[in-house]
Formats: sequence, C-alpha cells, structure tokens
Amino acid sequence: MPTAHEVLFRTLADPTRRALFERLCREGEQTVGALTARAGVSQPAVSKHLGVLKQAGLVRDRHEGRQTHYSAQLGALAPMIDWTSQMAGFWQSRFDHLEDLLKRMDQ
Amino acid sequence: MTNTATETRSVVVEREIPYPPEKIWRALTQPHLIEEWLMNNDFKPVVDHRFNLRADWGAVDCQVMAVEPTKTLSYTWAAYGLESVVTWTLTPTSTGTHLRMEQSGFRPDQQQAYQGAKGGWPRFFANLEQVLARID
Repeated sequence: MPTAHEVLFRTLADPTRRALFERLCREGEQTVGALTARAGVSQPAVSKHLGVLKQAGLVRDRHEGRQTHYSAQLGALAPMIDWTSQMAGFWQSRFDHLEDLLKRMDQ
Repeated sequence: MTNTATETRSVVVEREIPYPPEKIWRALTQPHLIEEWLMNNDFKPVVDHRFNLRADWGAVDCQVMAVEPTKTLSYTWAAYGLESVVTWTLTPTSTGTHLRMEQSGFRPDQQQAYQGAKGGWPRFFANLEQVLARID
C-alpha cells in the first residue's frame, strides 16, 4: 500500500493538477467552471484532476445548486512535511555512521 | 511557518568533520565503504552510472549526476514515489572538512521541463510558502 507522502507526491507530480491545487491555495474556493476557464484543458479533464486531488485529501468539494465549489485542504500536506523531517533524521543517523567509519579508516 | 515550507523543498544536513576531504571522499565513493555507513550498493563515481542502494526496507534507484573529486558529488535518489537529488559538498577547513548534504525534492531537469506555463515544484513550494505565511 502506498504511503501518505507517496500519494501526495504522485498526485502533485502532474503539472496541470499541481497548477489547479496551487490556484485553489492562492485564490480560495472556486467552481469547476472558473477553474476550467484558465486551466488550458477541457472541463472533463479538470473534473478528473479534481477527483484525484479529492481522493488524496488535498481538496474538498461543496455542492450549491448545479455548481460544485472546490477548496484546498492545506492540512493534507502534513505528511509531505513529515517526509522531510523523516529524511533529515535518516541523514543525521547516516552522518553518525559515516563519522564512526572515518574513525576506523586508515589515513 | 515559512521555515517549514522551505524544509519541504529540501533536506540539508551539515557537519564539521575532523578529517580531510580526501578521506571523506573515499567514504562517499568506494562501494565497500559506502556500505558501512549508508547502504549496500553498486556505486561507481562515473557520471550517468546507474546504481541501487539496498536496505531491508527496500531499494533506492540512483544515477550519478556530477563528480568533482574531493569537492562535490551528486546523484538522483528515487524512492517512495519521489525523484530527488542528493548533493554532497566538501569544503576544507582549518580543522578538517565542512560536509554538507542537500536532498532536493525535485530534479534540475524536471525543474527545467516544468518551467513553462504550468510552473514547477520549486515555484509550487515558493507559492505554498507564501500561502502558509498568510495563514499564520
């Protein structure tokens, strides 16, 4: 099963999808129509991308009449931030091992 | 908050090491030595060489990008669905070496490819940084 940060990185690896998420972060809640107008791809494509973002927990949808409004869920990025602290911990311990090795090595 | 977003882009670990760059370089580039502090591997200090780092939890796919003996070494690092680049920089000091490791969450060639209308990871994180700063 893919880990949370793996899902996030894969979801945001697509430039069109990342641009949609970025716009929702920057400009707040928007309808599918408003997003499509500036996305450079068709509305079905935008809806599909939004579906993938929703599945990853990065956006939330809200229905109002015939319109669907989408907003960014910044809290969903937490595993991505966790990933960097995990990697920092990983490298710190590797540095410790490296120093131990250097002590043992001949000049 | 800005700091957190910056860290999302890359991981930096730096340390003063009381040994000369030449010695550290050997530990960073000789497979039997790399194995002792990092992971089992088939590394060669040759640009474009592809290698794996293997541990009990899985493998990391890598490719050498730059080699400047005793000064700098960088390779791609693909694991957990993220392509990143690990860059080692060795700077001699009066007491040994300042060793710096930076792992960036994107590849420079991807950065270039994404610098079109859609924007790339670096810009994404820069924008995110601004958004997070505003929320704070």
